[in-house]
Amino acid sequence: MILDIGFETMPREDLEAIILRRLKATIDRVYANVAFYRKKFEENNLTPNDIQSLEDLKRIPFTVKEDLRDNYPFGMFAVPMDNVVRIHASSGTTGKPTVVGYTARDVNTWAELMARSLAAGGATREDIIHNAYGYGLFTGGLGIHYGAEKLGASVIPVSGGNTKRQIVIMKDFGPTILTATPSYALHLSEVAEDMGVSFEDFKFKFGIFGAEPWSENMREEIERKLNLVAVDIYGLSEVIGPGVAIECHEGKQGLHIFEDHFIPEIINPATGEVLPYGETGELVFTTITKEAFPVIRYRTRDITSLNPEPCICGRTHIRMNKVSGRTDDMLIIRGVNVFPSQIESVLMEMEEVEPHYQLIVDREDKLDTLTVLLEVGERLFSDEVRHLQERERKIAKNIKDYLGVSAKVKLVEPKAIARSEGKAVRVIDNREI
Amino acid sequence: MQAEQISVFLENKAGRLAEVTGILSEANVNIRALAVADTSDFGVLRLIVDDNIKAVKALKTRGFTVGRTDVVAVEVEDRPGGLHRLLDMFNKAEINVEYMYAFVRHSGENAVMIFRFDNIDEAVRVLEENKVKVINGSKVYTL
Repeated sequence: MILDIGFETMPREDLEAIILRRLKATIDRVYANVAFYRKKFEENNLTPNDIQSLEDLKRIPFTVKEDLRDNYPFGMFAVPMDNVVRIHASSGTTGKPTVVGYTARDVNTWAELMARSLAAGGATREDIIHNAYGYGLFTGGLGIHYGAEKLGASVIPVSGGNTKRQIVIMKDFGPTILTATPSYALHLSEVAEDMGVSFEDFKFKFGIFGAEPWSENMREEIERKLNLVAVDIYGLSEVIGPGVAIECHEGKQGLHIFEDHFIPEIINPATGEVLPYGETGELVFTTITKEAFPVIRYRTRDITSLNPEPCICGRTHIRMNKVSGRTDDMLIIRGVNVFPSQIESVLMEMEEVEPHYQLIVDREDKLDTLTVLLEVGERLFSDEVRHLQERERKIAKNIKDYLGVSAKVKLVEPKAIARSEGKAVRVIDNREI
Repeated sequence: MQAEQISVFLENKAGRLAEVTGILSEANVNIRALAVADTSDFGVLRLIVDDNIKAVKALKTRGFTVGRTDVVAVEVEDRPGGLHRLLDMFNKAEINVEYMYAFVRHSGENAVMIFRFDNIDEAVRVLEENKVKVINGSKVYTL
């Protein structure tokens, strides 16, 4: 179902006029209210008046995650704090999270976009939505939640974890839409199987899965095991959260980006050059309706391509293909963003730890697992096994406390981790997605 | 009154122990007593050898992480209740035994046990008070 026929199927020409008008208003606002953007403009001899067409967007420098970190926590906000009604955060490269804010209108915009997304994924107001995204600082849980309420559906705010209880709820409440990370969806099917329960007996029709990369093979597996139609949702907290782009269940061929709110570009990550439609590169977003936390040409580090072909669903908004990778070393483990450098800073804070470590990422029973291999030097070593085990536990606890991701710490002998000539191989990702 | 034990970190996989014994053999070091404590992933090998300096150097050169710990070698009467008498004594004196293992050779009529205590000085004092023979380091290595 198309929730907002007016905007979602608007002829391109009309849409582009709105985009330009909103872009110019956003540029005016960030220039006036955010020191960071004003400085960027001034350094490049630009003023808001120089932006007269969508083509002119190219003249504005990019914004990167580092910029958000330099302005931690609220330096990029474009409104006074008394207008901010919500704060979310996601993990950053050095342990400092990226903080984003929302005005009441932003929260409403987000809810509308999520409602559109849920509708595109097959939900209606008659549906019961089982929302297994985590609630909290992570935008997944609350983003879906507000969208579900805006749509008028019934939402079960079950959040992540406590999987057996989730199966019982599915059985008893009869939800018809599942929202979760794709890996958690598969995990749910396995736990159900262990409990002797079949998804065939549940009432699910559609599943809306995102927050981590997944393949067409995984889609087929989810659809088969969970007995539902699976669509992909895309978003990131810096742009708004989930609901930046959604696959329509009619097409299931790429995700429509809500262009009346976000301008996408694909760039060559090495040169910054804007690439034509169809070419693969780094996805860049400019928000054009956000009040509290607008971003201009924000580099997502996600690799994909854009497809302007009309879609069978009738939406005129451009589609992005499934994200195929990252330009940086960020790992997404059970929906949590993890940079190897964050693990390194946790390890280095413990004085007895040597800087020789390696992260092994696997997918066991459909769930991502993170193992940290750590070489035992003399300072870490003890003649008592108990002490060594305590150290393993302490490191795992610190990682969990700082990054919010569970890790198994495995002590290994010195030189067990292969030394490479150049950059150390810090990550071995064995997941097949 | 103390003896020095060396300990080696080992991953719990085939051939690691043989690697250590091979290195010690090449270095002409004689193993006097040995114990392994392990988990599913790793183990700690504890050794009493005749030449600590040579053993530590040889193992470190080959990349092993080696620790040194003070332990106590105690003579234990070689009859029923011999070990129990000692453990009972430590228990009453509230001394924790972190771990212990048996020595291969006897000292005269008596067996020899290696003890690792949380409080070594207090343990030695209690042993002496109870007239239990503690074998000093230099003698242990060549027993």
